[in-house]
Order: sequence, then C-alpha cells, then structure tokens
Amino acid sequence: MTGYLVRRLGQAVVVLWAAWTVAWLVLWALPGDAVEVRLGIEANGVTPEQADALRASMGLDQPWPVQYLTGLGRALTGDLGTSWENGRPVTALLAAGLQATLALTALALLLAVVFGAGIALLATGTRYRRLNRALLNLPPLGVAVPGFWLGLILLEVFSFRLSLFPAIGNEGFASLVLPAVTLAVPTSALIAQLLSRSLQDALDQPWADTARAKGARPSRVLLGHALRNAALPALTITGLIVGQLLSGAVVAETVFSRTGLGRLTASAVTAQDTPVVQGIVLFAALVFVVVNLAVDLLYPLLDRRIVPRAAAKASRP
Amino acid sequence: MTLDLELVDRTATAGTATRAPAARSTGRHWGAARSSLRRPGLVLSVLWLAAVLIAAVAPGVFASTDPLRAAPRLKLQPPSWEHPFGTDQLGRDLFSRTVHGTGLSLGSALIAVAVGIVVGSLVGLVAGFVRGPLDSGLMRAMDVLLAIPALLLSLALVTALGFGTVKVAIAVGIASIAACARVMRSEVLRVRESPYIEAARAGGARWFRVLGRHVLPNAAGPVLVLAVMEFGTAVLAVSALSFLGYGAVPPTPEWGSLVSGGRDFLGSAWWLTVMPGLTIVLTVLATGRVSQGGREGRE
Repeated sequence: MTGYLVRRLGQAVVVLWAAWTVAWLVLWALPGDAVEVRLGIEANGVTPEQADALRASMGLDQPWPVQYLTGLGRALTGDLGTSWENGRPVTALLAAGLQATLALTALALLLAVVFGAGIALLATGTRYRRLNRALLNLPPLGVAVPGFWLGLILLEVFSFRLSLFPAIGNEGFASLVLPAVTLAVPTSALIAQLLSRSLQDALDQPWADTARAKGARPSRVLLGHALRNAALPALTITGLIVGQLLSGAVVAETVFSRTGLGRLTASAVTAQDTPVVQGIVLFAALVFVVVNLAVDLLYPLLDRRIVPRAAAKASRP
Repeated sequence: MTLDLELVDRTATAGTATRAPAARSTGRHWGAARSSLRRPGLVLSVLWLAAVLIAAVAPGVFASTDPLRAAPRLKLQPPSWEHPFGTDQLGRDLFSRTVHGTGLSLGSALIAVAVGIVVGSLVGLVAGFVRGPLDSGLMRAMDVLLAIPALLLSLALVTALGFGTVKVAIAVGIASIAACARVMRSEVLRVRESPYIEAARAGGARWFRVLGRHVLPNAAGPVLVLAVMEFGTAVLAVSALSFLGYGAVPPTPEWGSLVSGGRDFLGSAWWLTVMPGLTIVLTVLATGRVSQGGREGRE
C-alpha cells in the first residue's frame, strides 16, 4: 500500500509539472511579443530602451531555457510571479478569490449531485414509460444550454421579474443560489446520464434478479443494491466534474458580477495578464490531480474487490 | 495482387460489421425511411441543421433586412410578425442579425472541429498504430491536456494568441485535441486486430498503405460521430468565449456576442437575450441528436 501511495503521488507530481510546462509553452513560447501587446509601444511612444528595460524586468530578455528553468524553480518554491496588471503576487490573487469560488462550486456540486441522482433514480425506478422518456430527455437539454445564457435567463426571471434573488454581488447566501444553479445544470446532466446508464446495467445483473426472486421490493433493489454498485463508476468522473465546475465559474461569476477565481480568470485574459492566467491553469490542474488522487485512494475502501495495485491500472482514464 | 487484397478487405469488412448484403439494400432504404418516421426528433434535428447551414452560407434566403441597418424609430420592439425576434436598442432587426451571425458562429465551430479532429486523429492514429514508447508518450501528453479544463486551456491560448473569431476557434480546437486522439486511438486498436488487416499485411502491403486504405476508413466512423458531437460542443465554447468578449467585435453579429449585447437590457427587453440563446440551444440539441442517431445507426 505504501509503495502504491508513493508511486501515485509521484505520478501526480509529474502531471502537475507537465501541466505547468504546457501552460508555459502556450503562454510564453507561442509567437507574439507580450510586452508589445501590453504597452502598444508604437501607440504610446515608449522608447525601445524603456521597452527593453521592461522586458529585462520581466525576465523576457533571457534565452528560453533560462526563462523556463527560472519560472519552474520559482513555481517549485511557491512563487508564481506577479500580475502584470497590478503588481500583486499571483498566489495572493488566487488566495483572495478562492473562498468565494469554493462556496459557489461546493453548492453547485451539491445541487448537481441531488438533481442528477434524482433524475437518474426517478427515470430508472418509474413504472411509467412516458415519465422515463421525459426524464431521459432532460440531460441532453442540460448539456446543450450555454451557461451564460441560462444565467441571464435566471436573472431575468428570478431577479428582475420576481425579485426573489439579488442580481449581482457576493453578499449572503441568496446571491449564491442563481449562480450555483447555473453551474449545476450541465454537471447534473452529466451525472444523470452516467448514473442512469450504470443503474440500468446494475439492474440487468444476475444478483438483481436474485434479490427480486428473494422478494425484495423494486425500490429496495434499486436503492439498496443497484445504487451502491452504480455510484462507484460515477466516482471516476469526479475530477472531470470539478474541472467543469471551475471553468463554468468563469462564465457564472462574470454573468452575476461576483468576485472569485472565475472573474479573476476573465479579467486576466482580457488584460492578457500572462502570469495570472498561468497560475490559474496550474491551480486547475492541481485541483484535478488532487481530486483524482483522492478518488483513487478512496476506491479500494469503497469497493473491497479492488486491491490498490489493480486500482492503479483501472483508474487510469 | 492489390485487386485480390481489396476483395479480401471488402469481404472481411462485410463479415465483421453487421451490414446487410448489397442485394437487400433497397429494402433497407425503405426501412430507414419508415424508422425515421418513428423518430420525429431526429428528422426535426436534421431539418433544423439544414436550415442553419443554409443560413450560414446564404443568410439572404431567410432574412432580407440588413443586419446592420439601424432604425431608431423601431428601437426595442418586442417580437412581431414583421420582426420575429424583435429589434435591438438601435432598431436593428434581431432575426436578421441572428441569421447573419450564423456564418460566423458555425464557421468558427467548424474551424475548431477541423483543428481538433485532424490533429487529434493524427495523434490517435499514430499512437494506436505504432504502439510502443511513442504511443505511451503521446497518450501521456494527451492525459496532461485533459488535466486542464478545456475552457481554461482555450482561455490560456486566447491570452497568448490574442482576440478574434479565428483565434478563438483555433484555441477551442486545440483544447479538444486530446479527446479526439483518445477516441481515434481506441478505434485503431480495435481495427488493427481485425483479420483483414492481418490479410493486408500478410499480402505484403506497406504499412502506410495499410494505415491509409484499411485502418483509417474503418476507424473513421466513430470519429465522425464524435466530430458531429464536438461540433455542438464547439458552438457552445465559441459562443461562451464571444460572450466573454474575446471573439467577434461588435457590430458584427455572432450568436454569443448577440446574447452578450442583450445583457444590458435584462428586465426590459427579454427577447434580446432569449432569441439568440434559443438558437444556440436548438442547434446544439440538434447536433447531439444527430450524433446519437449516427451512433445508433452504427450499432
């Protein structure tokens, strides 16, 4: 088990390093002079000397390998650089936005699991084929609705027409509801799709017949037997779901004018604030890696048939 | 010799795939027509996509009014027979703007899918066919790309490349490479075990011939189904990036930026957000349905 843990941790670190490198390649090595873009040198009458001085202060006058290794070395010590826009450390900006986004995504995740599992259970458990079909038509709809549009529709209906929730801002639980629902819809669709399929698979297994033959009621077979078995495959997409919520927060926080990591992302991209964008990409990869690691470590505890060594292979997506 | 090989190839394909023999093909066509009547959703989806494609190529067919002509007298009119989607704050016809925005939205999505499918398929094809360290190296790289949420990856690319519809489209496309590569690779792995590949190899065909003439055509089906689905995803991603302000520059109409333009009129002119948004929803729903139909058709 310890060997497995060490190897899994090692993999996680390698993925993080690789994600940082991908972000570095995209943001620093793609053609385009960041300094020129940011200053509009010709337009603002900045002399070439001043531009060179600025480049030197950003470390952009160094050759590529030096830039890469310096950046990597700093990242390893927890220094993600400073924002080009306001000079504050990227880690401080991330920390400032973290709490608001964490509250938003946590509520969204809760709603998504409740809605998604509810739809899947109801669709699988119902005796009425019409209800089953109607419910199974919901997930494709949920996936097709653009998040920004759904947010605006919710604003229109619940803030402007019915005045039930505040339209913008971070204050209080009420301001959290609409953005969380906006975020939850595509995720719940994903959960409902996956769970209804694996519930059906579980009910087709011989042990479900056995349970029924022994006189268990359909609801007991569904909730007591099938759900437990179907929930495990759903766990494997947790990393994907958290990533989806994080990127959804970019849109949701913009629509509802909330502060947080999503809003930070949107404004950093608008200002082409490279260090901040790179910090956010690294943060997203970190979350993905940690969640997947946690799922992999939990899996053998939830399903005793899986021994860690086998889990290492099976969990590879 | 090559002729023989192709014969072997054909028969092997017919044997492995559950395709009806050629003699019954007319019967199959009738069957397809009958079964499509039983699936009105699929028919409607195909019709909608056809209409949207026409709007993209020749917007004049549906909307004769100029999407950029302002008419201050007619500003913020709710939907009516004359203006089915209503008018905006400058009195421009929103229906015409949505129709004329189709080309830009679909064009960007098409570029995105083309980038994703072409590069992704190439990576998947090479990885699945060559195997060995190159395969595992490529696929680990794809795993890393998947560790970064697609929207954030395309946002990073937009930061580096700059703003504009084409750049946004390329960024969305690059972010979808990894998913396409994985589907292609698994298809290639499935196909390369088939008897007809063995026959082609035993017959002495060179590897690139086997790859191009036998592996690729047989692995392409699921990738095409994926391409249709990715198209819907790309429409969503491109419009989200436009909504955030990185894509089309106003006054050029584009679906995402049209919705964004309606943001300032929430509570007073609902049609400015609802109508272009509904167009996006219906288009993405239709591509999803068609791709599902394609999947069912293959099974």
